[in-house]
Amino acid sequence: MTDISYVKTERHESLPPPKSEVGIIHWLRSNLFSTWYNSIGTVAVLYLFYLVVPPLVDWALISPVWDAQSNQDCRFEGAGACWGFIGARINLFFYGFYDMENYWRPTLVGLMLLFLAIPILFEQVPRKVASGGFALFALFWAIWAIGGIGTVASLNLAVAAGVFLFLAAVAIASYLKAPRSACAIAVVAAFPWLSVSLLYGPLNVESLQSGFGIAIYAILLIGGGALGLWSRQRRDALGTMVGFLLAYAALVIIYMSWGMDLTVQPTNTFGGLMLTLVLSVVAIGVSLPLGIVLALGRRAHTMPAVQMLCIGFIELVRAVPLITILFMAQFMLPLFLPEGVNFDNVVRALVGVSMFASAYMAEVVRGGLQAIPKGQFEAADSLGLNFFLKMRLIILPQALKIVIPGIVSTFIGLFKDTSLVSIIGLMDLLLIAKSSVTDSKWLGLEHEAYFFIALIYFVFCFGMSRYSIYLERKLHTGHKR
Amino acid sequence: MAVEIGSSSAPKASFWRDQRNRAIMTQVVVISLFVAFVWFIVDNTIENLARLGIEPGFEFLGEIAGFMPTSPNFNLTNFDMNSSTHGDVFLLGLVNTILISFCGIVLATVVGFIVGVLRLSSNMLISFVAAIYIEGTRNVPLLLQILIWYFGVFLSLPNVRSSLDIGEVIFLNDRYLTFPVPVPEPGFMLFPISLILAIGAVVVLAKWAKKRQDATGEQFPVFWTSVGLVTVLPLLALIVTGFPVTWDIPSLQGFNFQGGTQAPAAFWALLAALTFYTGAFIAENVRAGIQAVSHGQTEAAFALGLRPGLTMRKIIIPQALRVIVPPTTSQYLNLTKNSSLAIAIGYPDLVNVFTGISLNQTGNAVEIIALTMLVYLTISLLISLFMNWYNKRIALVER
Repeated sequence: MTDISYVKTERHESLPPPKSEVGIIHWLRSNLFSTWYNSIGTVAVLYLFYLVVPPLVDWALISPVWDAQSNQDCRFEGAGACWGFIGARINLFFYGFYDMENYWRPTLVGLMLLFLAIPILFEQVPRKVASGGFALFALFWAIWAIGGIGTVASLNLAVAAGVFLFLAAVAIASYLKAPRSACAIAVVAAFPWLSVSLLYGPLNVESLQSGFGIAIYAILLIGGGALGLWSRQRRDALGTMVGFLLAYAALVIIYMSWGMDLTVQPTNTFGGLMLTLVLSVVAIGVSLPLGIVLALGRRAHTMPAVQMLCIGFIELVRAVPLITILFMAQFMLPLFLPEGVNFDNVVRALVGVSMFASAYMAEVVRGGLQAIPKGQFEAADSLGLNFFLKMRLIILPQALKIVIPGIVSTFIGLFKDTSLVSIIGLMDLLLIAKSSVTDSKWLGLEHEAYFFIALIYFVFCFGMSRYSIYLERKLHTGHKR
Repeated sequence: MAVEIGSSSAPKASFWRDQRNRAIMTQVVVISLFVAFVWFIVDNTIENLARLGIEPGFEFLGEIAGFMPTSPNFNLTNFDMNSSTHGDVFLLGLVNTILISFCGIVLATVVGFIVGVLRLSSNMLISFVAAIYIEGTRNVPLLLQILIWYFGVFLSLPNVRSSLDIGEVIFLNDRYLTFPVPVPEPGFMLFPISLILAIGAVVVLAKWAKKRQDATGEQFPVFWTSVGLVTVLPLLALIVTGFPVTWDIPSLQGFNFQGGTQAPAAFWALLAALTFYTGAFIAENVRAGIQAVSHGQTEAAFALGLRPGLTMRKIIIPQALRVIVPPTTSQYLNLTKNSSLAIAIGYPDLVNVFTGISLNQTGNAVEIIALTMLVYLTISLLISLFMNWYNKRIALVER
């Protein structure tokens, strides 16, 4: 037997990796100093940081003036940003020239929007949590409103009850596991009018001034409802739709003209972040359905005339700058309408921005439609689905899902583009910032004002883009390797 | 018992259910609604114009404008306040729009490519800074950025009398940047001629070199020969003719600079904002394009023994360009359209001087806005055509 004592009988303990391959040194070497030009780059960037970051931090966080009565308070040696100015004018930045007594109205609309949006945006929020949130919100609102009646002059029982009913209905519908589409339809049908009434107040509907007009609307409401119910029993889809739509339209007009008896807030008092949000939310809400219609029209190969109209609209709008469309809404809309018919400035801007966004949205949706294989269309046809059912059940759910990132980035663009309305004189966030520094009390504080609103815009846009990335990840699980 | 094939056709759909009839009916309805809509608008417009006493038509273009839309030292079309018409205002605006768009597109492309490559750098710090720049500019409205550049940067510069200077020939202050312009003397024409000749020679040379490399694989130092040609030939022309050019150098006289060209602060602010804003979008396109080229391509190129620089130039970039070009085209279009935001800081572009001032003076809203839209439509179409041609040229040639 040969001697094999030189062979190890036990396993050698693993050695630690070389120092240069682990830990901070390795990280530094591989990420910051891997080559000579990377090292130069690192040093250059660090020097840049050294130049920019400390003064910026000092200006914004270490030595700013947090409390100021006028710009004189911020003018001393070594003073940083004059945040006292933002603090003093914060209401202006958020609400514009809206009546201070009525600030609760836009705030309430914003809160409702937030509560409605969260369960739609994040599907993993459990229904019970969503409905519980709404119920709590409704409860708080009821307590606040009941406590507020008598103290807040403009708040009345109708408003308190109306908003409470809406919130409670959403909470109950969501708890009863009503189909998501039913909830969405309820919200879409009720929320806009409630918001308009809360933000603006009663609309002046001339046809409702006379007894004859009221009678007509009443007939429309009752007759439409009856026609809808009767047609529904006869399973006549067209009659049902027409009947209920008539009744709904009459109801909306009556409701808007009543407006819960709130005081009217003229739209020229809208301003700041509130106006920016109103513009973008409305434009988003209008541009998505309109964009889908335009995209479908553009792909309607059997109807060349419809196709031509849609292509013409989309390409014309996409080829010109938004500012010319806003100018058009400003200067040409009054020429296009009969004498005496006049639109509010904010509505005009809304028309312009929505038209612009619809054209872009149409192109995004078209991209999604083109990505759906022809077999899907044929399969839907062979099942005997008509055009609307085919689109609603088969094509659009797939097509829209594909282009969600594109839709969100259109929204981001739209949100940024609302700043252009400042050029035609609407007091949006940008114009508020621009004009608030021309106040003799606060002269020369451009840096603070612009920095502040840039931050607001950034938070909204960056939030939306992160959300789009989150959605993309969630929807792409099927393709992950 | 013979079965007749073909006789058992499907039951004919009723008239109202026939797809073709439905399509025709829908179109008739849509077209008549559209015609009614147009008629309604045109009718109202004619009535309103008559009521307001505005003469429809393009005669106003021949009327004397009577205002000065630009500063006398930044006057590319020799606009004259006493004799120039609204048509000249249009021309001036158009030239200024094209100028800012062209400069913006060139600079934004450069910025975009550099930042896009830096964003992919293996150096974390550099890629982090590129990311901050991209996210920071993409998520803030362009109009706000223009205002920040204008009010925050250019208007904070020193005033005219204490201008910053670069070598005593270029001066920068809170109103403009002024720089020398060459004034040609007789015999100067040889210089541009030789420059054009040199560029023509470079194009021919590049084509020949590519053909030769495709055929034989032999390379030719095209870049350095081109640099040589483009510098030496014009220089030679200048020496032969004895430098027939003088420089009109700006100098401070009293309260202002005389001589040279003065590009206003609004121009630089707009250019900076457009460049950095669009550059961020192009950087994202470039990053996406480079990432779309699979890593196997790089490895294959290395396996063939290509150097990293050559790999980038011959393998990665040509493939990445196919992904980069279409979205970048739409960024160019966006930049051109966004140049209309000049109105916010008073750079005399088309929308500012024509759609703004001329409209207010003449009241011919319909004609002026239609003309403005037509201009942007044409520019968009031209850029699309050019980029489509370019895209086709670089597209993958498939069987």
